[in-house]
Amino acid sequence: MTIQLPVTTPLIELRHVTKTIGDGVETTLVRDISMKIEPGEFVAITGPSGSGKSSLLYLLGLLDVPTSGQVLMQGRPVPADSETERARLRLKLLGFVFQFHFLLVEFSALTNVMLPMRALGERSERAMKDRAMKLLTSLGLEAHAHKLPGQLSGGQRQRVAIARALANEPQVILADEPTGNLDSASSEQVLAVLRQLVDETKRSVVMVTHDLALAARADRHVRIVDGRLID
Amino acid sequence: MNLVLDIALTHVRSRLRQTLVGLMGVAMGVGFSVMMAGLMEGSQRDFVTQLVDALPHITMSDERREPPRQPAEDHYQVVAFSGLSTMATRPGIKNPYAIIASLDSWLEGAVAPSVQARAVIRYASRDTAANVTGIDPKREAAVSKLPEQLRQGTLKDLYRSSNAIILGDRLAEKIGARVGNTIAVVSSTGRVLTCTVVALLHSGISQTDETQAFTLIKTAQILAGQTGIVNAMRIRVADIMAARDIAGRIEAQTGYKSVSWQEANEDLLSALEIRNFIMYTVVGAILLVASFGTYNIISTITHEKTRDIAILKSLGFTEGTVRSIFLLEALIIGIAGTLLGWVLGFALCQALGTLEFKSPFMDATRLPMYYSPVHYALAGLVALTASAIAGYLPARKAASVHPVEIIRGAS
Repeated sequence: MTIQLPVTTPLIELRHVTKTIGDGVETTLVRDISMKIEPGEFVAITGPSGSGKSSLLYLLGLLDVPTSGQVLMQGRPVPADSETERARLRLKLLGFVFQFHFLLVEFSALTNVMLPMRALGERSERAMKDRAMKLLTSLGLEAHAHKLPGQLSGGQRQRVAIARALANEPQVILADEPTGNLDSASSEQVLAVLRQLVDETKRSVVMVTHDLALAARADRHVRIVDGRLID
Repeated sequence: MNLVLDIALTHVRSRLRQTLVGLMGVAMGVGFSVMMAGLMEGSQRDFVTQLVDALPHITMSDERREPPRQPAEDHYQVVAFSGLSTMATRPGIKNPYAIIASLDSWLEGAVAPSVQARAVIRYASRDTAANVTGIDPKREAAVSKLPEQLRQGTLKDLYRSSNAIILGDRLAEKIGARVGNTIAVVSSTGRVLTCTVVALLHSGISQTDETQAFTLIKTAQILAGQTGIVNAMRIRVADIMAARDIAGRIEAQTGYKSVSWQEANEDLLSALEIRNFIMYTVVGAILLVASFGTYNIISTITHEKTRDIAILKSLGFTEGTVRSIFLLEALIIGIAGTLLGWVLGFALCQALGTLEFKSPFMDATRLPMYYSPVHYALAGLVALTASAIAGYLPARKAASVHPVEIIRGAS
């Protein structure tokens, strides 16, 4: 499942990426940004509200397409006009954790975690269930596997969301304010999980946050103001 | 279970009340469509069967569609006929028994000669007009259901006395005559025959039972004042749907006008076709209305599940997969509704089939229902197509959701 890459090839690379929205009055969310996400690094993106942090994350996660510039995934340009190809790359290589958990409320924690694996369809039902259970156990949720999201606390839901993001063993986890709705204890748990992910499995994490204390615990800290990166 | 099906079933189950309402809408549409189709086709078939049973399949009369060419027309380019008057007597069919023998040689069915005459029947100072048909009892059984429709007596009883007559039971009742009574039959020319009632006819059709009488051919010939004449041939064929073609062949062979049951009832058959068109339009409209319910449900679900759609797409679900989830939801409602509708339709047909109706013109009868898999297949097909279209529109909208917009809004 894990794709072996040459050390020098960045997992994600943005080249002079700009994102503008609006037909009449245009608003530039991201201006001429170039950046690379290397394997095994923990990158924190911070900045004031409306500075373009989330927009940058969505561009990195192929959820959005740039108005100009180029996005490369594992060294290959990502076609902006093929939603199907971007969906395939998201499913195989990327995992998302949002401020809101976005779990499917009618499905149990276990089934939610199995969703990406079922969509990819590369494992047997038994293997998918075993992996989902293993992920939930590693996040301290084995006793809650068969509960619905409504029966879980905020921190537990967010950990289920992390488990779901990890289901297909993605190369990069993209987290948009993952602790934004959590108390400090739960935030600490979530951050510990992300840190552990980088340290132990050598995956990359890109985390958008307001919290400079959290950002300080990342390997690299990137600041964005008015859509521009500031070193 | 397939992921798309799993999600679709979960969505449908989560809106159970709405789903049931939509499902019932489809079921009602399918059920009533099946019932309507069964009732309409049943009544049509019943009507045609009665029509075919009551009348000969082909009637050859002593008329011609075009007047025969006159010898004078062959000799002079312009011939003027003047001073023509209507014939007082019917021409009759020439050499009727030779024609019967000829038809018997190739026709799959039976031929019977007959003589038509109008008369007034008098008994105990009561008069009533009647159509008197002279028949050959030996051949008649093969071309009509007359033997089965007789009460008190048989066709052979016509041979029992010199002027035997069979009366429609209502006609007999009208004049107070019974089997064994002697009645007077007055022809249009004033000739009076004394006849003995030997049997009563009950066809179940008021018009026939009130006006029809049967005698031997020779009795009817006396009433018509034309001894030796046969003015109609009644023909029954093995394949009733081939009656039109056979009539054409008989007409070509004999020159006499031969009218099939289809031609004789062309107006009625056209009316039935129009009725069928109206029926299928109404049925289509019912199912279309039911599909609005499905549209409403799927629209509501897609609206409520916008966040789920966004997250599924962010996970890597393609637009096609998202679209198929909601399309499948509509089809689940359509399929379940169709299955339930089939059961409902069958039950309605059964229930309607037990109802008894009384008509002053016919015997008491039950509603004629016709059971055909085609009705079920057609209603199901239209319901599923309507459900698919009703589901596709919101599904397409759901698939086009931009996850970023939803995620931003929810954060």
